[in-house]
Amino acid sequence: MAVAIVLLIIVIVSVLLSFFSPWKFTEIASNWGHIDNTVILTFWICGVVFALIGVFMVYTTWKFRYRADARADYEPENPKLEWWLTIVTTIGVVAMLAPGLIVWNDFVNPPDDAQEVEVLSKQWGWAFRFPGEDGKFGTVHVDNIRSDNPFGMNEADPNGEDDVLVNGTTLHLPVDQPYKVLLRSNDVLHDFWVPEFRAKMDSVPGMITYFWFTPTRIQEEPYEIVCAELCGQGHYTMRGRVKVDAEEDFQAWFASQPTWAQYQAGITPKAYSAEARRGRELWESEGCNACHSLDGSGVIGPTWLNLWGSTRTMADGTTATVDEAYVLESIREPGVKVVEGFSPVMIAYDEDTVTDDEIAALVALMKEEVEGAAPEEATTP
Amino acid sequence: MAQAEIPYQEAIPLHDPHSWITKYWFSQDHKVIAVQYGITAIAVGLVALVLSWIMRTQIGFPGLVDWITPEIYYQSVTMHGMIMVIYLLTAFLLGSFGNYLVPLMLGARDMVFPFVNMISYHVYLASVIILMLGYIPGMGGPTGAGWTLYPPQAILTGTPGADWGILTMLMSLAVFIVAFTMGGLNYITTILQARTRGMTLMRMPLSIWGIGMATVLGLLAFPALFVSAIMMTLDNVLGTSFFMPAINSAFEAGEDYAGGSPLLFQHLFWFFGHPEVYIVALPAFGVVSDLISVHARKNIFGYRLMVWAIVAIGGLSFIVWAHHMYVAGMHPYFGFFFATTTLIIAVPTAIKVYNWTLTLWRANIRFTVPMLFAIAFVLTFVVGGLTGLFLGNVIVDVPLSDTYFVVAHFHMVMGVAPILVIFGGIYHWYPKITGRMLNDTIGRIHFWITFIGTYAIYFPMHFLAIPRRYYEYNVGESAILTPSMEVLNVSITITAYIVGVAQLLFIYNLVVSYQRGREAGDNPWEATSLEWRTPQTPPVHGNWGERLPSVHRWAYDYSVPGEEKDYIPQDVPRKAEA
Repeated sequence: MAVAIVLLIIVIVSVLLSFFSPWKFTEIASNWGHIDNTVILTFWICGVVFALIGVFMVYTTWKFRYRADARADYEPENPKLEWWLTIVTTIGVVAMLAPGLIVWNDFVNPPDDAQEVEVLSKQWGWAFRFPGEDGKFGTVHVDNIRSDNPFGMNEADPNGEDDVLVNGTTLHLPVDQPYKVLLRSNDVLHDFWVPEFRAKMDSVPGMITYFWFTPTRIQEEPYEIVCAELCGQGHYTMRGRVKVDAEEDFQAWFASQPTWAQYQAGITPKAYSAEARRGRELWESEGCNACHSLDGSGVIGPTWLNLWGSTRTMADGTTATVDEAYVLESIREPGVKVVEGFSPVMIAYDEDTVTDDEIAALVALMKEEVEGAAPEEATTP
Repeated sequence: MAQAEIPYQEAIPLHDPHSWITKYWFSQDHKVIAVQYGITAIAVGLVALVLSWIMRTQIGFPGLVDWITPEIYYQSVTMHGMIMVIYLLTAFLLGSFGNYLVPLMLGARDMVFPFVNMISYHVYLASVIILMLGYIPGMGGPTGAGWTLYPPQAILTGTPGADWGILTMLMSLAVFIVAFTMGGLNYITTILQARTRGMTLMRMPLSIWGIGMATVLGLLAFPALFVSAIMMTLDNVLGTSFFMPAINSAFEAGEDYAGGSPLLFQHLFWFFGHPEVYIVALPAFGVVSDLISVHARKNIFGYRLMVWAIVAIGGLSFIVWAHHMYVAGMHPYFGFFFATTTLIIAVPTAIKVYNWTLTLWRANIRFTVPMLFAIAFVLTFVVGGLTGLFLGNVIVDVPLSDTYFVVAHFHMVMGVAPILVIFGGIYHWYPKITGRMLNDTIGRIHFWITFIGTYAIYFPMHFLAIPRRYYEYNVGESAILTPSMEVLNVSITITAYIVGVAQLLFIYNLVVSYQRGREAGDNPWEATSLEWRTPQTPPVHGNWGERLPSVHRWAYDYSVPGEEKDYIPQDVPRKAEA
């Protein structure tokens, strides 16, 4: 008796929760309403099957509970019933599969008027590139990647000259324009996902993957990009933003973004002392630059601009002044002092990876990344 | 049939144990080996349980516990997943149930290769020990790459455990596969060669069909994981490029990789990984069929179709693997093929569900503890199976993939459901293994907390459309969780604590009932299959005394009309024969 009652309660609660759940999909902002429709169709077919089986189990566990004077039926098979159930199930499966495959066909075939945008992913952030006026992306290779060439652009390729490299971590797109999103990764698997657009796809190092969509809803607040494929310790911090604009707003923004040619021309080599210059090279080669910028930007780790000598508040409320001892501790045991507002994602570097001598070079770099600080004996690269 | 009068087993001397160590440690008795597998799997399962508490604590109460860093979190997620899938579920269902039931249900004296069987357990134990080496201080901790171990991430510094953790994991898997192969060859050979007189294939209990088919899947699927583990080890240690393309990693200077394919690993992994789901599910299907039949006092409905469904599911399970990769960047046209094969597999699976529930129709159901677990399995499996139809249909998978919907789905369908069967099976066969009954009251408390608790954990989780494998959801200005989601996360975490503690009741019951449980007798459930017909309980080495039993009927003669008792054991001759 208890079993039947509990099963009944579970079935009723499950059905009610499905209809009145406070946890919903985000409001859709792309052309993929049909994806939602396939989810809803599947939900209804599966929901009805769940309710029927659930109610059948409630009935049988109540009606046929043990009685000493009762005897079960003896019925090894019932081919007619088995055939009937098989056919009905097959029909239900086809009813879900066929519409699903039709929408999938749409999903994998971008329309002819789709524009292209490239999303470059790396541990742990996003960058964006448009093909520029010629409509062609310049070729790239990971071996070309340096701090002054974050996309790994091939400098000999003229198609790349007018490529537009987006500044910062917010991508703007014009409303109602289909876009084919080309996905690339520098290091490991990532997955570009904006829940409001429904579509998602992994980016895979060594190949280019894609999906397409049309943004349909202008919203004041940009949409969040989240990484949906585990990509290491900082996976959960890998966020970015997409802002959907009216056509004219998009054009204004687009015009303000540098082309690759402008980007190259705009790089002015900074003067460093010899020791700081070595620190700068280590900053790149050891991967400090993935999280710690030198220009004040960045969300994963504190920027090194104006860091030296400043006093910071830690997550536990204590304060610390950035000096040699603090930098050493932060590299050897990054979990001990975590600056307020940041997550404890940094991996520890031991003596074998970064020597004390190299840390001294990084400190020299930090000293010269304070605004107004002049290097003692400057050299240009 | 004159030549079958004396089966060959009876002529072979058994390796009777002579000392404590050959009886309980290096034993060649399949029943002892089954218990060894079982105890080891439960022990390692408790580790996985504690790991799940660690991650649920972080998700329910972010930042509450200082030492749960992202590193610890990802390591816990990874180890929990791998332990549950491989070292608990696979090891328990095949190593423990397989070893115990195959010879007893078939009327054999032991496995065909008892020595290999003994080695199998000890190699499994070694794989567990190697797995845990990652936790030794100074090793840099176990890997945090997620149980799928996708390269390039798994072997790069940005992932925890990139020095030793990933190597101990890969090594342990390779060793486990050696153990599995030795055990698996034994189960198959025993099923094909050592059935007693009259035990035709179509008279075997469904437990044996499930275990046998799962073993075939394992023997064909595990080699794919084995080569993946070897190749990834080479990529990591020697710098080869099987799975590694040219990359630019922020954390590692001077990599020289080029030309490898991360997708190749995913195909190999899931070529193993999808059949693995059925390696776990099929024995559970088989065992639960028998539990339902025995305790409902009714034959399993549609036995022949149940057998063919097991065979069909087993075959189909090898051509659906890429449904784990719909958004992995493979050629989009694969989506059409794999969505179709995946949804076809729903048909034989649905038939199994119908037949379990139809077995209850006009039955005479005894709500014993094993039966409670069996019924709980059916409902849990229905939910997990139906949500599989969402994820199997390629376009429906696109918004749901890599979210908590997936976590909810696979926990229900291949986490909770098979574990409910394992519990049901232990409550069912413990009387045969030890000669004593498990305590019924503790069993019922354990059941209700486990069933309702796990349902309360995983059913609402389907509605959480947030990315999985996130240490924290609100980072800086980026906030993903709504307040109602935070409430749900807290509720799931607290329920997980309660369900976890309830498992201690089960362990207590296992230990205490061994000494103090009620005497079980030979056949406490009044079941028909051969394991309940041994001359001694618990069965002694060699199982059957002087003569092997001979089989005259299928395993499901319950409530046969015109018979006095409501069950007729398989070794009772038919009236015409007698």
